[in-house]
Amino acid sequence: MNIYICVGSSCHLKGSYNIIALMKEALAKHQLTDKVNVSAAFCLGRCTDGVTIKVDDEIVTGVSPENFDQIFAQYVLNKL
Amino acid sequence: MRCCIYKERAILGERVHSALGGDKENPNVIQVLNIACDECPISGYTVGPDCRGCIAHRCEEVCPRGAITIKNHSAHIDHAKCIGCGKCASVCPYSAISKHTRPCENACKVGAIKMNEVNKKAQINNDKCVSCGSCVYMCPFGAIVDSSFVTDVVRMLRESRGGKQYKVYAVVAPSISSQFGYAKLGQVVAGLKVLGFYNVVEAALGADMVSLSESRELAERGFLTSSCCPAFVDYIKKNFPAMVDKISSNLSPMGAVGKFIKSTDPEAKVVFIGPCTAKKMEFQLPEVRPFIDSVLTFEELYAMFEACEIDLTSLEEDVLDNASYYGRIFARSGGLSDAVAQAFKEQKIENFEPKPVVCNGIEECRLALLKASKNLLPGNFIEGMACVNGCIGGAGCLSHGPKDKNEVDEYGRLALEKTIESAAAITLGISPEKGE
Repeated sequence: MNIYICVGSSCHLKGSYNIIALMKEALAKHQLTDKVNVSAAFCLGRCTDGVTIKVDDEIVTGVSPENFDQIFAQYVLNKL
Repeated sequence: MRCCIYKERAILGERVHSALGGDKENPNVIQVLNIACDECPISGYTVGPDCRGCIAHRCEEVCPRGAITIKNHSAHIDHAKCIGCGKCASVCPYSAISKHTRPCENACKVGAIKMNEVNKKAQINNDKCVSCGSCVYMCPFGAIVDSSFVTDVVRMLRESRGGKQYKVYAVVAPSISSQFGYAKLGQVVAGLKVLGFYNVVEAALGADMVSLSESRELAERGFLTSSCCPAFVDYIKKNFPAMVDKISSNLSPMGAVGKFIKSTDPEAKVVFIGPCTAKKMEFQLPEVRPFIDSVLTFEELYAMFEACEIDLTSLEEDVLDNASYYGRIFARSGGLSDAVAQAFKEQKIENFEPKPVVCNGIEECRLALLKASKNLLPGNFIEGMACVNGCIGGAGCLSHGPKDKNEVDEYGRLALEKTIESAAAITLGISPEKGE
């Protein structure tokens, strides 16, 4: 599985750095680091919707530290 | 206007040629437009009307070559004997003796530009020229130009078909903050997107990557020179070949951020936009070519905005934030050294004390390199910037007014990330070192 986290200016200002840290933490916790590849992306084209990530081909917007666990469960854990 | 409209037209033709890439036979991007060169007379030291023909005639006494005689109550200099030492000028109580050199020669601190004895035109010695562009800015007749890649970039943008074919990224140097005084930075970013760039990324993010890696390398190797300024690096290669292995093995911030962008999007085209003419040479180096597709100066960007009739002030502000305070202050002299010191702190490298020597302008660089080559330099890290004041003094800047280092620092403080590590964390471990 490939996960792209948007690090363009807009998402960066809305907290991509935190999402990257949370993602790394969650993958380590679930021992998924060798199954899931995390990359950065410059702009996924959804600049106004909060931090955007792409899980394989699916775009997920508005990712925040508050909803991260739920999004991780729904889009990552659920699909593996 | 010069002598006549025909000459103006001929020069315009040459300038168009330069905008299309200039003389392709000449590997240097800094080129002389012979027709525009006004063949300024070089009189060297001359006696002006302020000479009183005084009876002390200190000028005559001090001249080591007997080049000065007093005739008809005025000093006269025999230019066949004069060696241009300037002693006469410094002793004259009336400051009546002054030095006249061509502005291009005055500007060139590496001695790369001289008058061609046959046609009297300025001539650049490519074995000495570091492409810093100071002669380009200083020539009052606009006779020296930095050849342009602007048509390559226009073609690249057009063929990207709005990002459908491939994406074109603009990497902007931190000195952009003080360039477009009439518009807000966010409007410049918006303007770049109107031109067809898919995204705009700060070169300062590359600077963050470099300062982390460079500080580790410094601690490991004990002595380094910076590798950010391409004119400085070229100066070492051409004048201090024995010091080449002391140059940091990191790419410049431009190269580093290009490498990162291409790691996220292998089809990407990356265009660097900055104040620097030497970057136009750097991106053609084999170790940089894979990461950077073209280079523009701020002047050329301004020309593109004008040509496309983009009124920046009417655009809604976009955002630009990819780097830390420390990455952004690379734009001014001393910033790189501050960043490396901070990187030592953040990475808790305690077994080595960095002692940076900040070299502001190529003359200071020369002195430091000379000392270092004889092991006499009181320091272990040379921050070399060919332009005085650093990149904010670059020849490709739009404004050449007084440079305010505080302005750069102020822009730095607006960055969201306060530490280098937190800014560089988004690169997910992409190394700014040369190579894949």
